[in-house]
Amino acid sequence: MATDTTEIRGLGHSVKRKEDDRFIRGKGNYIDDIKLPGMLHMAILRSPMAHARIRSIDTSKAAALPGVVAVVTGELMAQHNLAWMPTLSYDTQAVLATDKVRFQGQEVAAVIAEDPYLAKDALELIDVDYEPLEALVDPYRALAADAPVIRDEKEGQKDNRIYHWEAGDKDATDKAFSKAAKVVALDTFYPRCHPAPLETCGCVADVNPATGRATIYMTSQAPHAVRTVFALVAGLPEENIRIISPDIGGGFGNKVPVYPGYVVATAASLLIGRPVKWIEDRTENLISTGFARDYHMHGEVALDKGGRILALRVSMLSDNGAFFSDAQPTKFKAGLFHIVTGSYDIPAAHVSTDGVYTNKAPGGVAYRCSFRVTEASYLIERLIQTAAYEIGMDPAEFRLKNFIRSDQFPYKSATGFEYDSGDYHKAMNLALEKIGYDQLRKEQERAREEGRLLGIGLASFTEVVGAGPHKDYDILGLKMFDSAELRVHPTGKAILKLGVKSQGQGHETTFAQIVAEELGIQPEDVLVQEGDTDNTPYGLGTYASRSTPTSGAATAVVSRELREKAKKIAAHLLEVADEDVEFEKGRFFVKGAPDRVKTIQDVALAAYTNFPEGMQPGLEGVHYYDPPNMTFPFGTYAVVVEVDPDTGEWKVLRMVAVDDCGVRINPMIVEGQIHGGLTEGYGIAAMELITFDESGNCIGANFMDYLLPTAWETPRFETFETVTPSPHHPFGAKGVGESATVGSPAAYVNAVIDALAHLGVRNIEMPVTSAKVWEALQAAQ
Amino acid sequence: MQINATVNGTKRSADVEPRLLLVHLIREVFGLTGTHVGCDTTSCGACTVLLDDVPVKSCTLFGVQADGRSVTTVEGLARNGQLHPIQAAFKEEHGLQCGFCTPGMMLTGAALLDRNQEPTEDEVRWAISGNICRCTGYMNIVKAIQAAGKAMREEKAAEPAPTT
Repeated sequence: MATDTTEIRGLGHSVKRKEDDRFIRGKGNYIDDIKLPGMLHMAILRSPMAHARIRSIDTSKAAALPGVVAVVTGELMAQHNLAWMPTLSYDTQAVLATDKVRFQGQEVAAVIAEDPYLAKDALELIDVDYEPLEALVDPYRALAADAPVIRDEKEGQKDNRIYHWEAGDKDATDKAFSKAAKVVALDTFYPRCHPAPLETCGCVADVNPATGRATIYMTSQAPHAVRTVFALVAGLPEENIRIISPDIGGGFGNKVPVYPGYVVATAASLLIGRPVKWIEDRTENLISTGFARDYHMHGEVALDKGGRILALRVSMLSDNGAFFSDAQPTKFKAGLFHIVTGSYDIPAAHVSTDGVYTNKAPGGVAYRCSFRVTEASYLIERLIQTAAYEIGMDPAEFRLKNFIRSDQFPYKSATGFEYDSGDYHKAMNLALEKIGYDQLRKEQERAREEGRLLGIGLASFTEVVGAGPHKDYDILGLKMFDSAELRVHPTGKAILKLGVKSQGQGHETTFAQIVAEELGIQPEDVLVQEGDTDNTPYGLGTYASRSTPTSGAATAVVSRELREKAKKIAAHLLEVADEDVEFEKGRFFVKGAPDRVKTIQDVALAAYTNFPEGMQPGLEGVHYYDPPNMTFPFGTYAVVVEVDPDTGEWKVLRMVAVDDCGVRINPMIVEGQIHGGLTEGYGIAAMELITFDESGNCIGANFMDYLLPTAWETPRFETFETVTPSPHHPFGAKGVGESATVGSPAAYVNAVIDALAHLGVRNIEMPVTSAKVWEALQAAQ
Repeated sequence: MQINATVNGTKRSADVEPRLLLVHLIREVFGLTGTHVGCDTTSCGACTVLLDDVPVKSCTLFGVQADGRSVTTVEGLARNGQLHPIQAAFKEEHGLQCGFCTPGMMLTGAALLDRNQEPTEDEVRWAISGNICRCTGYMNIVKAIQAAGKAMREEKAAEPAPTT
């Protein structure tokens, strides 16, 4: 391909995606596409009950079915010390149940067979005798003194409490509340939902019986961390474990944890000596793997007479299910929920959270957000709107009055974050202008006179992403840095190897653009590789919008390091002193004599053929980037809805999104990320729900019950940007993958509430179904 | 049971269990892994293929139901090494991210364009409402299908004589 050397397609170019060529031809390589010689298939028997003691398990009929190779139970796993495994939050989780089942869908036994259909047939032949126990579905009931102890196997565990965690200054907050002219409170429940990537989770475990080497293909967003966890869990030597994440069909946090199925499949392959494939079906994915949210939140703001916020107080109950297996940094038990002061200059704040065990699936992953930022953003943005109504101020004006000002950055929040940069007024004003806010308020008045219900909802979110500085952020002690290894070959083409792992974000294109920007090698000449732990440098993976802030930064830094070396080689070739060489867009030239030029390609060749005496040959390097701070993307979303007063149905008429994620690498891909997040945010606000009946049966166990937005009801989006670079990131980027899921649910809900606000309606819980809106209308009239 | 079907223009036969799902016949027996399984309940459309040119969810049909019929999968969209306009448009308009829904989405889109090369936005959205995408928010998928329609209209206009 002819390359245009005059224009390097680095930052800011909407380069078409390199990865698309295989996907549009049906030539992606997802986990279920992997077939190995002699491969067996595993199916998992799951508990039909939410809480029950296991009296006995009879596997004899299943084992006798022709084609069945093995039936694995907790008892067998226990013989290898693998019946339990550590979670990412310093708890333990049953791999296969031995004593009790603690949620519906819990793994009880596994069948390994020659054929996947046979494996499922055999599940029906396993006979488990259960003694039912009270299922604890309501976390408040789980806290009662007479509630059965779910984790009775844990030494010293006398109740269902997991943790108590606080942030901020309680005394200062109490003091501010005692002086408040007005206090406004909101109780709201962010319901359990599920990331539900279109591809479920799965693995192919291949333990070589001769060498003991375990190659595990896995839908993992964090392959390196998984390798280390596997070494710790299974006691396998880490150099003998190779995790390969192939193409991943969406992750959204669901593919961060280590699931029992991975451990059983690997153990089975080890014991049988043949590869074992395990692919979840959709129901297994929804009822047993990493859910999200499930936070019962109480928030209140103290206001002065003029409508300034003096303090914020939040208390929150987190329903974590049967095992505390949240994937989040060690120090922060409720993730980064303490970003709950949001975009506002709030002098005092206090956050208190309690985690509770219930008889529900464990997991607590961040569904497309950075460790519980979504719940925080939802609470503050709903609370802000409620407060505005209560003091009779327009919600936009109330926000503008209380925003952190652009001259206050870096801004130290009352809960301990140092916000890197922002201009909240600018983003908000752009959103108001684009949606025509003042005009809309007039239209709303007219509509109300005609008996129509029009609502305008705003949300001005601030995220905290890009974990993180090693001093504060680790998972199981592994510091949350990330990496990039760049090898520039003699012909001037390059290969870039990353510690992160795309699940659709387009790393193969965007990371090549970073190299293009820094070294002047065109993106099509940079092959990006990730996901194979044998062939990429260590990193913590892709989630929490951290790829660009960490691995992207590492890519820029290693490129700059190679550029410095390349400059010396260029000086050698140009026969001038190092300091007389300048670099611009892939060209090294002599200061004051721009026609004396060596291209990066010339220099790359020389790095292997004609390098200065005493210099190490080659043009390769690796960098492990420990960010100095988190990044803080922000924006304002504005939504217009119309509510049908007779049916409660609501329809989004317009959705304007202003995002500021700092410097954008590939505007096309950024916009795509925002579209996706706005859609998932809409799904959460309108329809996505995992709930349980009183016996702990999961409702939302398939895509007929767990509703996802289709093209038909998904709103049409109008996207805009402001650009406030991160001052500490090498090229000013902040990360964008999750902004829209974090920010948009509150905007949609605020719009529906706004349509009904004049009737006194202040809250409707998500998902905001037409039935709930109709009920609210009936109650208000 | 013995089945004979035309898959992407090639005659294929297989001896399969009656309960084998069409999606598994395509993926496991014929080795065409571009057709994906997303939900098992006909809800998501990742497994969409064309059966006698009509989009169907292959996770809720049996393989034997394809006997004597023609099946088109994503691997059959390109002809003679030339991408189908919908494939080119999905890349050009950034109509895909993780790529998992893409084969089904393109086949549904191609079937729509077969009968209507100038669909409105609503017509496109309605046509693909049985195909779920978790990544893109559909905006660029709609654009891609409309752009492919435009390309097909232009291609047709440029043809010297109608083909039979």
